[in-house]
Amino acid sequence: MCAICGCGAAVIADDAGSAARTAAVGGSVQDHGHPHPDAHDHHHHHAHADGVIDFGKGLAGGHVPGLSQERTISIERDILSKNDALADANRTRLGDAGIFALNLMSSPGSGKTSLLVRTIADLQDRWPIAVIEGDQQTSRDADRIRAAGASAVQINTGKGCHLDAHMVGHALDHLALEPGSLLFIENVGNLVCPAAFDLGEAHKVVVLSVTEGEDKPLKYPDMFAAADLMLLNKADLLPHLEFDVDACVAAVLRVNPRIQFLTVSARTGAGLAAFYAWIAARAAVMRDPVGRPA
Amino acid sequence: MHEMSLVESVVALVEDERRKQDFSRVLMIRLKVGALGHAEPDALRFCFDAVTSGTIADGARLEIETVPGAGWCFGCRQTVPLAERFAACPTCGNPQVRLTAGDELRLAEMEVE
Repeated sequence: MCAICGCGAAVIADDAGSAARTAAVGGSVQDHGHPHPDAHDHHHHHAHADGVIDFGKGLAGGHVPGLSQERTISIERDILSKNDALADANRTRLGDAGIFALNLMSSPGSGKTSLLVRTIADLQDRWPIAVIEGDQQTSRDADRIRAAGASAVQINTGKGCHLDAHMVGHALDHLALEPGSLLFIENVGNLVCPAAFDLGEAHKVVVLSVTEGEDKPLKYPDMFAAADLMLLNKADLLPHLEFDVDACVAAVLRVNPRIQFLTVSARTGAGLAAFYAWIAARAAVMRDPVGRPA
Repeated sequence: MHEMSLVESVVALVEDERRKQDFSRVLMIRLKVGALGHAEPDALRFCFDAVTSGTIADGARLEIETVPGAGWCFGCRQTVPLAERFAACPTCGNPQVRLTAGDELRLAEMEVE
């Protein structure tokens, strides 16, 4: 559902309501039982149109004693297919405008917003930057981003535990994005749920801070398996902790052998040059997937 | 709990089907949920009644078929069982295994009348 205007919930409720009304008035479809001389007992869904009672127009498409109107429909559709279709639309829209989008995910308090504030300060002369902020409540993060000089739109998910492609599509409507921008989508702080939802981003980036424990990738493998890059943040605190960086790298590679890994500090700026180089390289690949000779 | 959103998506797919086919009631919904995927069957069951209440799927029975993890091993060139998404081949130890099953999250079929 859309947390900006609430339209998703309304649409779902409307759909359910209209479906219920359709089922209740039902046009010519009736549901009643009556005794039969040949002692078969069943529901009838007769079509009563123009005074014609047609037993062949029941839901099973025919009327045979003993044949129930119950039937099994094979669907075989991905449950996330609607989200994925919206995510594809977002991806096309962003790609057409040359906008490179990253979906930042982590537990609450890993330093995602601080990382963005620092990144905006360091990169805003090179790229136009915009941010979509996802939180359950308040616009505090969007306020911080705007104070840092980037345009931002805040999505409040209410009780929701993750952003979905529908919310991000609406947020894009509210952002005046310059072509060629960098777009950061800061997901709701949650190391579980956001992993399942494609938003249309170019890459998912997971942020883990050194105060959280090196075994987080093993405890929350879905998130780390979904990400293309892991940023190990708050590295300036390493001298004060017993955090084992090598053990953390081993853990994350066990759940995702393809993930890339950078150690950074949003506070001191250490390691961020490598993150910016990664952004520049990946954005170049997105904009020119085949690669032109220099 | 993102399973709530997932069940809302299931209801949306059922509504889609309702527009295509004529039925007034859903008796049973069968999902295929991969053992290595993002959804927890117990959490899906937990929120199913609450989410489907008042919708076309109100009162439907939920059946969940768990699909075990499996992958194609490039070493021994066969399908092998996988207990983790990126696990090495349990037969030959080759780390090059492509996940072929266990990531499903599908509305498989439903019984309607």
